[in-house]
Amino acid sequence: MNWKTTATAMGLALLASTGLARADGVLNIYNWGNYTSPDVIKKFEAKYNIKVTITDYDSNDTALAKVRQGGTGFDIAVPSQTYVPIWIKEGLVQETDPGQMENAKNIAPEWANPDFDPGRKYTVPWAWGTIGVVVNTDAYKGPANTWGIIFNTPDELKGKTNVVPEMGDVMFAAIKYVGGQQCTNDKAVLKKVRDLLVAAKPNWIAMEYNTIEKMGAGDFKATSDWNGSALRQRLANPAIHFNYPKEGYGLWSDNVVVLKEAKNVENAKLFQNFIMDPENAAGLSAFHRYANAITGSDKYMPADMKDAPEVVIPADAKPLGELQQMCAPETQELYTKIWTELQK
Amino acid sequence: MATAEEVAKAAERRDVRDRWLLSAPALLVILFAATGPLLIVLVYSFLTPGAYGDVKWQFSADAWTSVFLERDIFDDTLSLAAAHVTIFWRSIKLAVVTTLATLALGFPTAYFMATRSEKTRDLWLFLITIPFWTNLLIRTFAVLQIIRNEGIVNTILLKLGIVSAPIQILYTDTAILIGMAYVYLPLMVLPIYASMEKLDFRLVEAGYDLYATRFKVLRKIIFPLVKPGVIAGSILVFIPALGAYVTPSVLGGGKNMMLSNLIELQFGQGRNWPLGSALSITVMIIVMAALLAYVRNAGKSGVRHG
Repeated sequence: MNWKTTATAMGLALLASTGLARADGVLNIYNWGNYTSPDVIKKFEAKYNIKVTITDYDSNDTALAKVRQGGTGFDIAVPSQTYVPIWIKEGLVQETDPGQMENAKNIAPEWANPDFDPGRKYTVPWAWGTIGVVVNTDAYKGPANTWGIIFNTPDELKGKTNVVPEMGDVMFAAIKYVGGQQCTNDKAVLKKVRDLLVAAKPNWIAMEYNTIEKMGAGDFKATSDWNGSALRQRLANPAIHFNYPKEGYGLWSDNVVVLKEAKNVENAKLFQNFIMDPENAAGLSAFHRYANAITGSDKYMPADMKDAPEVVIPADAKPLGELQQMCAPETQELYTKIWTELQK
Repeated sequence: MATAEEVAKAAERRDVRDRWLLSAPALLVILFAATGPLLIVLVYSFLTPGAYGDVKWQFSADAWTSVFLERDIFDDTLSLAAAHVTIFWRSIKLAVVTTLATLALGFPTAYFMATRSEKTRDLWLFLITIPFWTNLLIRTFAVLQIIRNEGIVNTILLKLGIVSAPIQILYTDTAILIGMAYVYLPLMVLPIYASMEKLDFRLVEAGYDLYATRFKVLRKIIFPLVKPGVIAGSILVFIPALGAYVTPSVLGGGKNMMLSNLIELQFGQGRNWPLGSALSITVMIIVMAALLAYVRNAGKSGVRHG
């Protein structure tokens, strides 16, 4: 009799579990931490009766390494533009052709046909932003629209300046500052870059990611940073300003892809289309605090973001932005050596 | 007919077999959970880095050469990998200083605990283990809150008028040392306390009766007897301190790499997994060498006292 009881119990348990997951389907999202608006997810779940799970990652390298190993169970990931070509080349993503989806007409023209995914055959824009210089104007009143704040730190900011330790971003900025092209492997330029970085480091207080809290508390008075992070800092302290360096600054964009190993492809496609809707895109922005590349979303944007100088690039700074690229592996190796030299 | 001897032999064989079978699960776990991953690390250190992370299955000793030697990217000369040596040295120095600091703080603490009445001893032991209840990262952030410019220490000093501007402790080597000593202190106290608890304090009294000074009693009686605890504590502190990652990053500001940061760089933004693997194994070799030297030395002087 005993096995019968067990079987009944198991049957009941199974019934219960299916009862709990009454949704028509599931969707497993693999995204950067603290990046996915719970409100937009709730709306998506309600509209399509799909249960969404979200798993966090903290770097493009982590995400790529994990998805390469396979068997993750994720349907969707959100790599940055520098990594998208690798994901495509290595066959990790599906050609879902979002460029032809119903809501694709909403993609802003400058983001409709990007170099990293011509014709939007794989990716849907999630967020885009800039990397610039953030300065607390209580500590420094001079002109701050220059990478010189970081690499040739003015006296007022010496020992109070932080650098976000993203190797690619720092190399991009330093190369721009000495007048080179991004991803250069010109030894003359790189030598200048190395000398510049090594000479600049003693003026920095730290190389940390935790800028929102430290700028807020006053541990840092200046930092290199992402624009969305700068926006949060200004909302906490109006004296903190984001600046677009005149030497040229980097643009980035994170993009939603459907994994080749996805089990819920149709749900993933629904999601890709769903977030290209202006209202939903604005919902995402309201949470992650970055721009979204969807035309018409400004109508639904929260008031503190509509005209925010961090989100809406001023006309005179617009031509200075340049989409960051993935450098060749050999170049990357040179950069890693300079980086090690800098942090040794 | 089997002789008694044969029966005994068969029984012995069975016994041996049973023992192996019974220990097999444990051996398998050790083999796969401990040795397996290490073997993968070893194999990876002899491969070629993939273009964007991962490895190519192609033999190469480059990773090992670049642990110790580097080709200057500007004048192409081969020289000792100065950056790596600097980083290794920084981590080793920090581990040694942390061990000494925790010993200096932990030894008196353990002595204090061991000399309390039996009832209160448990309470002290309990208090020492409390920090283990929270995550390392949280404990480190707690230290950060205390020493930062707007932190408790600086606020009190400013309020009392002892200093006119906050003292910059955060992001200095002092900050790292404070954090490390705090985080690893229990690992030093517990083994010393375990030895100290077994110490026969009548020997100490006997020492005083024979007109030994306090220092002499400490040096000639207490210390030799609790030495196993001191050794165990030092090992327990030194090894994790060598690979410390969170505490130096959070309190030191991440400007200067530790060994662990260097290794992480290779698996992350540097995308050179073989070099990362080779560096990891180098760390293991250093730890092993340090342990052997330490244990051997400790053993020798132990014989002299015995």
